[in-house]
Amino acid sequence: MTGLIVAADGVNVAQNVGFGIIAFGMIFAALCVVSTKNVVHAALWLVVVLGGVAAQYILAAAEFVAVSQVLVYIGAVMVLFLFGIMLTRARIGSEEGLNNTGWQLGIPVALVLLGLMSYVIVDTVRDTIIPDRGPAPTEALADQILSPYLVPFLAISFVLLAAAIGAIVLARKD
Amino acid sequence: MLAVNFLLLAAVLFCIGVYGVIARRNAVMVLMSIELILNAVNLNLIAFAVMNGNQDGQVFALYVIAIAAAEVGVGLAMVLMIYRNRKSIALDELSEMKG
Repeated sequence: MTGLIVAADGVNVAQNVGFGIIAFGMIFAALCVVSTKNVVHAALWLVVVLGGVAAQYILAAAEFVAVSQVLVYIGAVMVLFLFGIMLTRARIGSEEGLNNTGWQLGIPVALVLLGLMSYVIVDTVRDTIIPDRGPAPTEALADQILSPYLVPFLAISFVLLAAAIGAIVLARKD
Repeated sequence: MLAVNFLLLAAVLFCIGVYGVIARRNAVMVLMSIELILNAVNLNLIAFAVMNGNQDGQVFALYVIAIAAAEVGVGLAMVLMIYRNRKSIALDELSEMKG
């Protein structure tokens, strides 16, 4: 089990230690997101989680996705969330009644799900070591998007257009 | 780097997100928990991309990011509309469609 955190054979130790530190921070921040009593604090803890995810992408040599994550999630989605919080709540501060009456039910569900998934993951990829491949060139990513995955790319643009129009229609005031 | 690290971290984040979706009553908080779930899936996709040594997983991760942005936009617009009509975004009060 210590091999999970520190060194096994053929594993880059510095990479693993960095991974462990970022992962610990991400899990702590994610727990704060789902347990804090203040909606604005939850949004700010979510920024920590999203930034940690971007850092993990860089550790996994996926810089373009990491930069997109920072731009889209931390830049745009968080601003949307903060606007949503400010527009739906008059006062800023801690608030009771953020949880359902049966919120305890979520704990066993999440734990059972976690147990099942960790069993399957550890059983399947127990000692698979990700080789150090170095950063993937962004041209390769662009080639993938614009030749084999061109149709989904066009579909995504329609989805985004439809979502933008739908959001405007829904949120309009008349 | 061991693949199991990435996948376990993603599993933990996913389960925290599932807990948030079940436990939270505020619609904006539920949307935040859904973001946690989507990010966990993206971590898995990136890990698989680097395990297989090609870029397919990264392409899918970018598509998931785009879809998540669209989802948050529409979701928050709906939450705003519900708030405007009912002065509340508590999800357990939205029970008109209960049989």
